[in-house]
Formats: sequence, structure tokens, C-alpha cells
Amino acid sequence: MHGDVDRTRVLNRRVVFLGVGKAVLLSTLIGRLYFLQVLEADRYKLLSDENQFNIYPLAPPRGRIVDRLGTPLAVNAQNFQAQVVLEVARDLNRVLDAISAIYPLSEHDRQRIRREAEHRRRFMPVTVAENLSWEQMARLQVNAPDLPGLVISQGLTRNYPLRELGAHILGYVSSVSEDDESDDPLMDLPGFRIGKAGVERTHDLALRGRGGTYTVEVNAVGRIMKEHDRQEGEPGAEVRLSLDIRLQKFAAERLGEESGAVVVMDIHTGEVVLMASSPSFDPNAFSRGLNAQEWKDLITNPRSPLTNKVIAGQYAPGSTFKMMVALAALEAGVATPDTRVSCPGFYNLGNARFHCWKKGGHGSLDMVSGIMHSCDVYFYEMSHRVGIDRIADMARRFGMGSRLGIELPGERPGLIPDRRWKKANMRESWQAGETLVAGIGQGFMLATPLQLCTMVARIANGGFATTPHLTIHPADPHLVKPSNLSTVGVADKHLEVVRRGMYSVSNIPGGTAYASRVMLPGLQMSGKTGTSQVRRISAQERATGVRKNEDLPWLERDNALFVAYAPESSPRYAIAVIVEHGGSGSKAAAPIARDIMTEVLKLDPAGENERIASREQKGGEG
Amino acid sequence: MIEHDFAFTLNRGEVPLREKLKYVSWSFIILLCLVAGVGVIMLASAAGGHMEPWASRHLTRFGFSLVMLLVVALVDVRIWMKYAYLFYAVSLVLLVAVEVRGTIGMGAQRWIDLGLFQIQPSEMVKVSLVMSLARYFHGASLEEVAYPPYLLLPLLLVLVPVGLVMKQPDLGTAVMLLMSSGVVFFLAGVRLWKFAVILLSGMSAVPIAWKFLHDYQKKRVLTFLNPEQDPLGAGYHIMQSKIALGSGGVFGKGFGRGTQSYLNFLPEKQTDFIFTMLAEERGLIGCLTVIGLYALLVAFGYVIAMRCRNQFGRLLGLGVVTSFFLYVFINTAMVMGLIPVVGVPLPLISYGGTSMLTVMFGFGLLLSVDIHRDIQIGRRGSYEG
Repeated sequence: MHGDVDRTRVLNRRVVFLGVGKAVLLSTLIGRLYFLQVLEADRYKLLSDENQFNIYPLAPPRGRIVDRLGTPLAVNAQNFQAQVVLEVARDLNRVLDAISAIYPLSEHDRQRIRREAEHRRRFMPVTVAENLSWEQMARLQVNAPDLPGLVISQGLTRNYPLRELGAHILGYVSSVSEDDESDDPLMDLPGFRIGKAGVERTHDLALRGRGGTYTVEVNAVGRIMKEHDRQEGEPGAEVRLSLDIRLQKFAAERLGEESGAVVVMDIHTGEVVLMASSPSFDPNAFSRGLNAQEWKDLITNPRSPLTNKVIAGQYAPGSTFKMMVALAALEAGVATPDTRVSCPGFYNLGNARFHCWKKGGHGSLDMVSGIMHSCDVYFYEMSHRVGIDRIADMARRFGMGSRLGIELPGERPGLIPDRRWKKANMRESWQAGETLVAGIGQGFMLATPLQLCTMVARIANGGFATTPHLTIHPADPHLVKPSNLSTVGVADKHLEVVRRGMYSVSNIPGGTAYASRVMLPGLQMSGKTGTSQVRRISAQERATGVRKNEDLPWLERDNALFVAYAPESSPRYAIAVIVEHGGSGSKAAAPIARDIMTEVLKLDPAGENERIASREQKGGEG
Repeated sequence: MIEHDFAFTLNRGEVPLREKLKYVSWSFIILLCLVAGVGVIMLASAAGGHMEPWASRHLTRFGFSLVMLLVVALVDVRIWMKYAYLFYAVSLVLLVAVEVRGTIGMGAQRWIDLGLFQIQPSEMVKVSLVMSLARYFHGASLEEVAYPPYLLLPLLLVLVPVGLVMKQPDLGTAVMLLMSSGVVFFLAGVRLWKFAVILLSGMSAVPIAWKFLHDYQKKRVLTFLNPEQDPLGAGYHIMQSKIALGSGGVFGKGFGRGTQSYLNFLPEKQTDFIFTMLAEERGLIGCLTVIGLYALLVAFGYVIAMRCRNQFGRLLGLGVVTSFFLYVFINTAMVMGLIPVVGVPLPLISYGGTSMLTVMFGFGLLLSVDIHRDIQIGRRGSYEG
């Protein structure tokens, strides 16, 4: 039994050793717990709270855009989406095959869906198809038992019920891209659309509204356990435009296939009641998402459907500019309304000879008839007398050469050249001949139809510096009052000379637009034609004889312009029309202007405001 | 008759069943009930305050296990000693059987379904290995233990099942088998330098064994050794577990308020990570209470083993208690991020039948040792007579 005693002694010793070992290990555990739960507790409490909640932005419904009469131009349409939850679907391919029978899916779609499915958590829905028709949606719903995991969800998409009509003004919405500023948490929402062009972009913040938030408790894999808190945002504000969609429609139809632009504004308030650019595009395609081919077609089209030609089309103003030369000469005192110039059909300056558009010449003309016949020689003489700098100054006072600040992105400034400009930009001094070319609105000179319209408005309203704008302030529809406006600083008697000239253009036989006069009794229109060259006539062509405009390829033909105001007796509306490569202003642009102005005068959208205002006033007095 | 197989010097084994019941350590059983009660509460909290699906089943299983524990405790310890090798052989055969079935591809199920419980042969081996080693070393004098070839057989008893569970690979069980049998070797008086030799040769064998592993097995072992390689897997779980533990603070967030667990940031909150949930909801106080209960159980086990008068009982008791301690330590150290993630449950609190059965069977043996502590068993045990 000696061995047993030894054995027991060894065992006892080792049991103590083992027990101490266990005590040490237990102390380690307790020490660790103390470290985690006492010393580091605050840090982990913070982490735990972060784990618990996720805050998601809630997209507010985007504000509507309506015309001056309240006709909806941009609205939010219900959009049905088909989504598949993989967790439920299990066999994605089989479900996609089944959906294909109702909503055809291309191989491209399938690839996208599979790719998305791989990157999502299995309980997160993957969008299979958007913008389902009612019928497709219904058929999918009916077949739902055979389509495990299929979810039909509703969303809002931007919809433009009038499609091409007013598309350039409305613009469009599209997904947020990387270069967009993203202070707004809404921008991070998948599928969130922001205004990318037109009023949608200018008034994006107002239309967007303020995003709400909803806080949810989530588990470790991001599955939502329950909604915790929901704060609705503010829906976007409604934007009311000064446009009259009836006129918009009329103008679009009247322009038809032509590539051109029309703008009509109230000469007192500057409210633009019509702004049409042709051809147009369907902004719905942008909310839906364009494919590569559609996009390519849009941007390579030579008639540039995406450009709003009223604000971004820059054209040589041609003879429509002659009013500026006349005013510059009158204001400078280098000519009077009675100053006569004899036109033999050309004008010699040094060795160079400048032609009038009329080969045989106009004979002797005073200023009014100079405007009426649009005699080039008369205005060569006037510009030679007054000089380019004073012409440029006058043009700027009437709104040319810089942006007018209308509420649209992409407005272009045009170009009014003068000596300093040429020195700075071309490092050459100004040539006397260039003054003559500028005097008939050619050469370097460029203006947008909006600028020409504004110019006419300022002539017609007696020299008030009215500026065009598109939106009607919701609180005060009559915010802009002519009395608040500064003047352009031109004597009214001088303006009157120009107005008489313009009256003659449209209403005296022999005027360049007499054929396109407005026939409404007492509502005559006063206008001015313009035909501007797109290309320079080469020396060779000069020798062989200039080809007729009709024989030239479309892109090289002259631009046809017409500007006008009406009614002549008490002016209210100014109009500018351009038909790109349409030929002469009198033949291509004036008839369009006449038809549209006639319609404007019939509907009298600006007068509507006053009628409402006076009715309200009477009501108030009564 | 069984008792004739043994030589007794003091008779206490022959007491009738009713007498035996008096010797059952009821305070130990009350301690067990307290721990299992904590388990029921925590499982109810894991289910959002409901007894279903875990708590009620846990309670039922504990009830059955308790009955089994009493039966095991009342059976004469000499019978356990007699059938130790047979029990070991059966569990090894089952282990091979499920392994073969798993490899042939009839499904990777590594347990035998008994309805309320599932028996995992690797769990059975945990008990039967300790029993067999206790029996083997029961008759071993220090001289015999010092003689190296004498250790070959028990070493084989250990390494065969260790190799089999390693192959699964279930490293948690392998480590527990190695450590609990190591403790029996140690207590039997095996010199420390021999442990060092075994350890070194084991380490040198690793590169050779590595060659025989499949790629997927290598990957699993590597992930086990370095969980940070897999930040969204095991490493993520440990991070979340630490957040839960730490955010519990001293007093905890309260019953059913453990956001980490409730929101499923915790993996397997009802099984391996239940201690984390306890820590989150009950704080440091709750943790210390539970660890204290476990420590009491272990201390109790030591007392029982040390007051036993036969070597088999002492070795068996200490082996069982150590095995239990390892469960507790590995699980809690794992959820606290002290050791890598291994699938070891928290005994009597985690949901799951297998470990409960093993632990309760072990404690049954411990109580049997206690009841029959005065029986003196001869050197040769059953070989005599």
C-alpha cells in the first residue's frame, strides 16, 4: 500500500494545482467582463445604438408644374413596378421565364437582374420591370401564385401629359449623377430623380420639397424589424408658369416640321406667354430612362431637338437689327427722321462695294421708309455715320449681348461686337467695313430670339427695360409692374419713328411684310423682317454669281426672322420668330408670326389677368 | 452477482436503494436546477418573452436529464467501471458509423435522433473516454505510470476519437477531448516532461497531417485559426458579441431588452451565444451570478472527488468536472473574444439536447461516485475474482 499513499499524495498535489489553474482562468473571465462591461461600457453602448437604427430618407412627391390657367404640364404618375424577392423566389431563372410570358424581358434585362440579385441581400427586392401598363400589372397579379417572390410595388414617376409640348421649358428629370451637388440626403435614395433641364432644373429645390425620414430598427443583416418613427417631409411646391398652353399648342402645330423658334411676351410685365422651339422631344423618355440609341438620335439630329432655340439659339439678327441702328443714329443726332439717303443698290466705302438686297436699289428714302423697305444702303449710311460703339451701346440697352436672366438654364448671351471686343478677342483693330456689316445685323453679331423679342417689347412699351420671365409668383401674380421698371433712356419721339417704320413694314403696301399683316380690325401688328446669312459668300461665288438660296443645301440656307408687336394702337405683345434655313424673313417667318399673333390677340392671355384683377377690385369695392 | 467481482474492505455498496437516496447530494441538484432555470429565463427572453420555441423544450429536456442523472447516480459505481470499456467501444463504433455515413454522402448528419434528444457520438465519447481512462489508471501505480509503454494504450484511447472528430473537422470537441483526458493523465501522475514530448511531437505532426487534408478542410482550419480573415463571418460575430456584452454595462438592459440579441446582431443567440445575451440583458451582475453558480458546481465536484476513497471515482469525478469547466470556459472566453470561435455551448443554459445529456450524464456519474464514495475497489478491479 506504499505505492497507494504515494499515488494519493501526487494526486492531491496535482488537484490543488488544477484547482488553482481553474481559479486563474475564472479570474481572467471576470477581468475581461469588468473590462468590457465597466471600463469600455460607454463605447459599446454607443456602438449598440448605431447598430439598432437605420434612418432612411422619404422622398416627398414632386411639385406640379402648371400653365397660367392651371393646366397641368408636369405631374406625378403612378408607376407599377415588378420586383422579385429572391428569398421567396428561390429559382430566379424560372420566375423570370414565367414573367417573360407576360412582360417580355430581353437578355440584357435578365443580365442586369441577375447582377443586381447577386449584390443584394436575399430579402431585398430586385426590380424586374418598371412602368408596367395596367394590363400587364393585372396579369402579373393574377398569375402571382405561379410567380413566387413577385411583388408589385407602386411608385411615382414624373409624367408630362402633353409630351413634346413645352418640353424645352419644362425640361426633364433624371437620376442623380456624380457631379450633382448632394447636400440633400434625398439624393442618395435609389431611383431619386432631380431636374436636369428647363424649369425642372431652375426650380428644382422648390419642386423637390423637403424630404422626410423614417427610422427603423434593423437587425444585423439589414432586415427591417419594425418602423420606429416617421417624419413626413413637405411635398414640393407647385410652380405656375406664365405660358398659355393653348398658344403653345398652336405654335407647335404652326411651326410643324420646320426647325425654328417662337417667343411671345407681354411687353409690360415681361411674362412669356409662349415659348416654342421646334423640333421638340418627349421628356417622359427621360424619366423613364433613355437607351443609348434614343440618346444618340437626339444629340446627332441636325435640327437639335434638345436645344431650346429661343434662349440658346444664337443667330445673326439680320435686318431686325436695323431699329437699333436707327435709334443710335437718332439719339446721337447724326440723323433725323427726315434724313434721306439715295439707294442705287450698292454702297461704296473705300475700295469695297456693299450691296443692297434689292439689285436695282430703292431710290431716295427717309428713315421710316428705310425701315419699311429694309434698305441696306440706308443703314450702311446710318451705321457709317454713328459708328459701331454707339450702335453696340444701343443694342445692349435693348437687352442684347448679355443674358436676360430668364428662369431657365442654358440661356446664351449672344454677341454685340464693338472696337474693344475685337481688340480683346481677335487682336485686330475694327475695320470701317465691319461697321456697315454690323449695321444690317450680320458679321459677328449674334442674338437669341428671346433677346430680339425683348428688344421689340422695349421699343413698343416706350423704352421700359422689361425683362422676360416665365414663372408667376404664387403669392402675387401681378408682381411685375411696368411702373417699377427703369427705362432704356431713349426719347419716345425717336422710338415713335421706329414704331412708324415697323407699322409700315406690315401695313403699308410695299412693306416687306405687308403680305403677312394681321387682318383683325383695330388690332394691327407692327413688325420687321430679317434674313440672315449663315455662310460667307466666297470670292469665287461673287465672280460666278451668287446661287439662289433654294439651290443651297438646307444647312447653308439663310435664316428667316420676324419680330413684331401688336396691337399697333395699344401694344401688348411682342413676338420673335425664327425659321432656321427657312429662306427670307418675309416669306418664311412673317406668315408664321402673323398666324400666331392673331391667335395670341384672340386669346389675350395677359388681358385675362387684368380682367380677373379688375373683377376682384370691383368685388372689393362692392 | 456483480458485487462478487470486486473485493471490498468496507461495505457500503450493498445498501438498499432507499438508503442510497439519502446519500444523493440534493444541494448539488438544486445548484443544477438553478443554472438550468437561468437557461429557461434566457431562452424565453431570446424568444421575445415566450416559452416557445426554446424555453419549454429546454425545461422538458432538463426534466428528463434529471431523471437520467438520478438513475445513473444510483447505479453502483463499480458497474460503470465494469462497462467503461464497452461503453467506450460502442461510442467509438457509432462515431465511425456516422463518420462513414457522412462521407458516403447519405447526408452530413452526425447525430442519432432520439426525438427529444439527439445523440452525437462525439459527445458520448467525451464521457466514455474519461470513464475508460479513469478505469485504466485506477489500478496504475506510479511505477507503472512512469513506464512509457504503459501509456501507449490510453494514448491510443485518446488519439483515435480525437483523430476522428478532427476529420469532421470539429476542433472544439477535439480540444475538449484532449484537455479533459490530459487532466486524467496528469492526475494519474504522468510526468510533466512527457506532456511536453507529446505536445512537441504533436506539433511536428501537424505539417504531415496538413498534407492529407482537402482544400476545403484546410480553409476551415485556417478560418478557425484566423477569424479576422473572414470579417463578415466569425470575426463579425465576435465584434457584435463584444458590443452586446459591453453595452450591457453593470446592470444590463433588462429582460427582453437586449437590442443586440433581439435584432439578431447576435448569431445563434439561443445556443452558443446565449451568454452574450445574458450579459447584455443582465449586465455584469448577471454574469457574475452565473459564473459564480458554475464555480460552485465545479468546487462541489472537487469536494466530491476528493472525499471519494477509490482512485476510479476520484479520476472520474475530476475528469467530469474538468470537462464541465472546459465547456463553461471555452464558451464564455469565446463570446468575450478571448479565444477563437469554436462551437461549444454553455452547459445547461444553451438550447440543445446533446450537450445537456452529456453534462447531466457526467454529473450522474459524479453523484454515483459520491454515493459510493466509501467503496474501496481493489487494484485490479474487475480483473480479480
